[in-house]
Amino acid sequence: MASDTSKRSSYFLITPMALIFAVFLVIPLLTIVVVSFWDYDEYRILPDFILENYSYLLSSSVTWSIYLNTLKYAALTWFFTLVIGFTVAYFLAFHVRSLTWQIVFFMLCTIPFWTSNIIRMISWIPFLGRNGLLNSALINLGIVDQPLEFLLFSDFAVVLADVHLYALFMVVPIFNSMMRIDRSLVEAARDAGASGFETLKSVIVPLSKPGIAIGSIFVITVVMGDFITVRLMSGGQSASVGLQISNEIGLLQYPAAAASAVVLLITVLLIVTALLRLVDIRKEL
Amino acid sequence: MALMTKTRERRPRSFYFLAAFFALFVLFLYGPMLTIFILSFQGENGGLTFPMNGFSFHWFGNLFEQQAVGDFGGSFGRSLKLGLIVMVVTVVVSFMAGLAFRKRFRGDSVVFYLALASLIVPSILISLGIGLLFNIVQWQPQWFTSALGAHLTWTFPFGLLIMFAVFNRFDPSFEEAARDLGASNWQTIQHVVLPMVGPSLIGVAMFSFTLSYDEFARTLMTAGALNTLPLEIYGMTTNVTTPVLYALGTVTTGFSFLVIALALGTVAIMRHRKGQKA
Repeated sequence: MASDTSKRSSYFLITPMALIFAVFLVIPLLTIVVVSFWDYDEYRILPDFILENYSYLLSSSVTWSIYLNTLKYAALTWFFTLVIGFTVAYFLAFHVRSLTWQIVFFMLCTIPFWTSNIIRMISWIPFLGRNGLLNSALINLGIVDQPLEFLLFSDFAVVLADVHLYALFMVVPIFNSMMRIDRSLVEAARDAGASGFETLKSVIVPLSKPGIAIGSIFVITVVMGDFITVRLMSGGQSASVGLQISNEIGLLQYPAAAASAVVLLITVLLIVTALLRLVDIRKEL
Repeated sequence: MALMTKTRERRPRSFYFLAAFFALFVLFLYGPMLTIFILSFQGENGGLTFPMNGFSFHWFGNLFEQQAVGDFGGSFGRSLKLGLIVMVVTVVVSFMAGLAFRKRFRGDSVVFYLALASLIVPSILISLGIGLLFNIVQWQPQWFTSALGAHLTWTFPFGLLIMFAVFNRFDPSFEEAARDLGASNWQTIQHVVLPMVGPSLIGVAMFSFTLSYDEFARTLMTAGALNTLPLEIYGMTTNVTTPVLYALGTVTTGFSFLVIALALGTVAIMRHRKGQKA
């Protein structure tokens, strides 16, 4: 009897969230799958069952080069955020000794995450532009004669902005994993004669793996689906899968966009499944 | 902990290297923001980059002229309202879901995996999917319907994960004590659970407000005829080439900081009060 009421209250409590996910996540994704088989003309989308959207997408060499480009952004961003995120988390977890300073430094890293991504991208313009701070400095120091053109509106700028935007996604989960490492393990390693680097390699890195996996999932999925960073920071000179989808949306070619979206979703899910084998997310909270 | 009680040992050399790295990271995070903050006070004839051509509030004034930037006031108002609605809904629904997840129930893992999926599905897919759905059933997309739903799919996972973290560390004996003293379910939640998880709920509130207030990709196809602020800013990046863009950046970032400060302040006050009571 008691368990009956408590079960019923669980269902009551979860209903609003389940409903929102059903209406605004599950049904829209199913809609995308359905529409990816539809036909279209200049004005509207036409219910149908055709495979042309997929065959066109998958047979085009453009698609493959766009995927390659997107994977390149994802891999580079992943690498740099991982190196930065791990180092910052390690510093916060093992070298900052008072809890207050840990919290202050952690907040310092977190606050930019709560501000507008677009503004954070724009804020690179005065720094990287042709007449920007970096170029002026380099010219004044006599390191280069001409302003460097590759700084803004380039792959470099895209990856830089991605790292700038998403480094926090690595810092937080890795920091979280590191804070759970029993400090006596580190001391034991040291007492057994391990150097700082050996302790890092055989104790801290293995025990931080869950955090690394979660951070990697975040960073890779967000870069794989990104389109605004690529558009703003490459100045329209590079493409990504997300940008392709957004262009197709702009041209009202919804079924084509839907087919691209399905392929992107499958790609992202494959990557995530691979990464999830390394970690049980529910245990990590 | 052992470290704290011992007299401070000497810092290893790696500490200074890591501290320098951390300082550079913070500079990397805040440096660009600082440049546009400075440049938003650019003189009337100044351009998008340094040098500063005088000092003025010209571009801030420009912000409120319709022809210069489009509908800044209107889009700001909509983003503010949308953020507040998202905030209230996310706090209430995540709290309810957090309570539900304390017991096992049929379908719990389905909801959990939906929340994870919602976090990793690229935002543009949510936008496209909801846009198509509304298109097919011939509903008019509006910022307070379709965009609201799209934003909730982004804020719920964060809310739920925070609630998991909170309730995993929550000692149920307080509730048992309340119930033993004859408190009803609702009284237990109101007088025992809510005060204990209050600061975390403020965290959820701030998270959901700022995520919604800054969300671009999920709003793209779901906002309908009227722009939210990020859409307006995005439009400006393609056709505005004056420092008014920076003024806008400074104003919105300042507003974000205000919200963050408000949230942190509230948490600090709640903690302080609790300390006094105990």
